[in-house]
Amino acid sequence: MGSKPVLSSTIAGERLELAAVGSWTAVYSDLLERLVDPDTLPVSNIRRVAIDMTRVQELDTLGAWLLERLIRRSRDRGQEAEFVGLPEHYRGLIDQVHEVNRRAPSSRARANRLIAGLDSVGRAAAELKTDLIAFLDMLGALSGVIARVLVRPRTFRLTSAVHHMNRVGWQALPIMLLITFLIGGIIAQQGIFHFSKFGAETYVVDMVGILVLREFGVLIVSIMVAGRSGSAYTAELGSMKMREEIDALRTMGFDPVEVLILPRVLALVCALPILTFFGSMAALYGGGLVAWLYGGMSPSIFVARLREVISVTHFEVGMIKAPFMALVIGIIACSEGLLVKGSAESLGLRTTTSVVKSIFLVIVLDGVFAIFFASIGM
Amino acid sequence: MQASAEQVAISVRDLVVGFGDQVVLDHLSLDVRRGEILGLVGASGGGKSVLLRTIIGLIPKRQGRIEIMGMELEKATLQDMRSFGRRWGILYQQGALFSSLTVRQNVQFPMRENLEISLPLLDELATAKLEMVGLSPDDGDKFPAELSGGMTKRVALARALALDPEIVFLDEPTSGLDPIAAGDFDVLIRTLRQTFGLTVFMVTHDLDSLHTVCDRVAALADGKVVAVGPIANLLASEHPWVKSYFYGERARIRAHAVH
Ligand SMILES: Nc1ncnc2c1ncn2[C@@H]1O[C@H](COP(=O)(O)OP(=O)(O)OP(=O)(O)O)[C@@H](O)[C@H]1O
Ligand SMILES: [Mg+2]
Repeated sequence: MGSKPVLSSTIAGERLELAAVGSWTAVYSDLLERLVDPDTLPVSNIRRVAIDMTRVQELDTLGAWLLERLIRRSRDRGQEAEFVGLPEHYRGLIDQVHEVNRRAPSSRARANRLIAGLDSVGRAAAELKTDLIAFLDMLGALSGVIARVLVRPRTFRLTSAVHHMNRVGWQALPIMLLITFLIGGIIAQQGIFHFSKFGAETYVVDMVGILVLREFGVLIVSIMVAGRSGSAYTAELGSMKMREEIDALRTMGFDPVEVLILPRVLALVCALPILTFFGSMAALYGGGLVAWLYGGMSPSIFVARLREVISVTHFEVGMIKAPFMALVIGIIACSEGLLVKGSAESLGLRTTTSVVKSIFLVIVLDGVFAIFFASIGM
Repeated sequence: MQASAEQVAISVRDLVVGFGDQVVLDHLSLDVRRGEILGLVGASGGGKSVLLRTIIGLIPKRQGRIEIMGMELEKATLQDMRSFGRRWGILYQQGALFSSLTVRQNVQFPMRENLEISLPLLDELATAKLEMVGLSPDDGDKFPAELSGGMTKRVALARALALDPEIVFLDEPTSGLDPIAAGDFDVLIRTLRQTFGLTVFMVTHDLDSLHTVCDRVAALADGKVVAVGPIANLLASEHPWVKSYFYGERARIRAHAVH
């Protein structure tokens, strides 16, 4: 490593002689920039500037550019400026930097803050429409593919569908059971704690049964699936999109919706009702266990009471919703995946959007179903 | 001929690397001297990228010893690794640009971390690097996904050279470039070597680069370096693979076209 860089200056009449000494490399980046600050150089009466390079020990692009910049500034002031005593082995680099930064990059105009804010609100509003269209588009494409597959069942990708069912169904089962079990227990505990003030502990069974079978079973499972499997779908399809795999598929004459999306969505539509069923059972089990251990209600009483208050209708209401939830999650996840652009950031963004949107829509859909079932008296 | 220790930038001894049952590099030895431009040739899938990635510590080795600038990478502390990051530059075969940063930010990334300079100078320097590799200043605001294949290569090169490192590792720097750009690349590398003694370890299939910029060429076949030396020596080599590489149909057509 060479010695510290120095720029010494001597004035001889109208001539400013600068001598660069030492190591003009990035190692001394902090010093160098201050050394060549063009504003600190004497300007008055100077007609010629010469930079003596003979004692430069080391030079790299940073040093060369700083010196070149100094020369350019001097020339801009109408002075003559040149390198003198330039060692032969530095000439190549000096010539290279002489060519660069001749033209400022056309910078993208930066808008006013307020306008930018309004602009982003406007864009977000307009995006709602494109989102809706993207959703309907995907639903339509999927229906088209299903129709095609029904006509020619051999084109259906069974292996892929089974593979995804294993991933989103079977492998998801343990965590779903655990979560729903805990939720069931918590509902029962809260019920017992508050209902016992009125001596109405038995109604805990009603609450747990109805809540779990009608609402919480399917809702908790759907939210979990959106977070677990929906995000995975988006990330997979998104990274395939990024690496142009989907384009490759398309140009080989395959329909990505048929090859990639149908098996995934179908796997979800099959798996989610099953998960909902097992999840609801686990929640009831958890509720029963807490009622027994915490509320002192024996299992036989719990089951007997459950039989009394729960009809098949409650169970049906929960189960009917499950495939629709799956459809919403699957379509959102896949269409978000296909919207990924080239960067890692957009992959992250789309995955987040996919999860947030599908959870939101799952809850909205649940509300719509609640109104629907209430009005048909189920 | 054994070069003395301080003249050697990279020394590889008896290196064995494999994946599962497949042995890719089989007791390979190679020296890269300080300030030289070494070209590595070899069949596609022959293990050139694996050698490069093993040298820079991305692939674990099974056996052997690798020293870079007199230091063994596995014994390096975090501190040493940071100083390595500053002293070497790497161009990956697929570019490996940061996809969420613009081209200019990609080039500035190593500078920002290692240099203490003002933002305007940082911008000027990044633009200078981009122009030196043959891009226009306007390309600086593009994102990697918006670049052509050759542009990606050039940005990756600009990033590898961002800190004016002592050693650069280049994996097929000129593939995907048009011949004029490839020629400019050769000139740039030579200039940098001349100015601050850059050491270059370059995987390449570009016969022109081999002839014009490489001081020595190493040929990799069957997991070993079967020939190494100035290009003239390789042209005279008797090894069958080396012969067919330099005297195959395409090489001959090329030679005819040139003369
Ligand atoms: N991460 C990995 N896991 C398993 N095998 C690998 C891995 N990386 C490389 N290989 C294998 O090592 C061998 C050498 O690959 P390498 O990428 O080094 O080829 P190359 O000489 O660079 O070829 P090219 O000129 O096409 O780039 C190949 O057979 C490849 O399949
Ligand atoms: Mg390779």
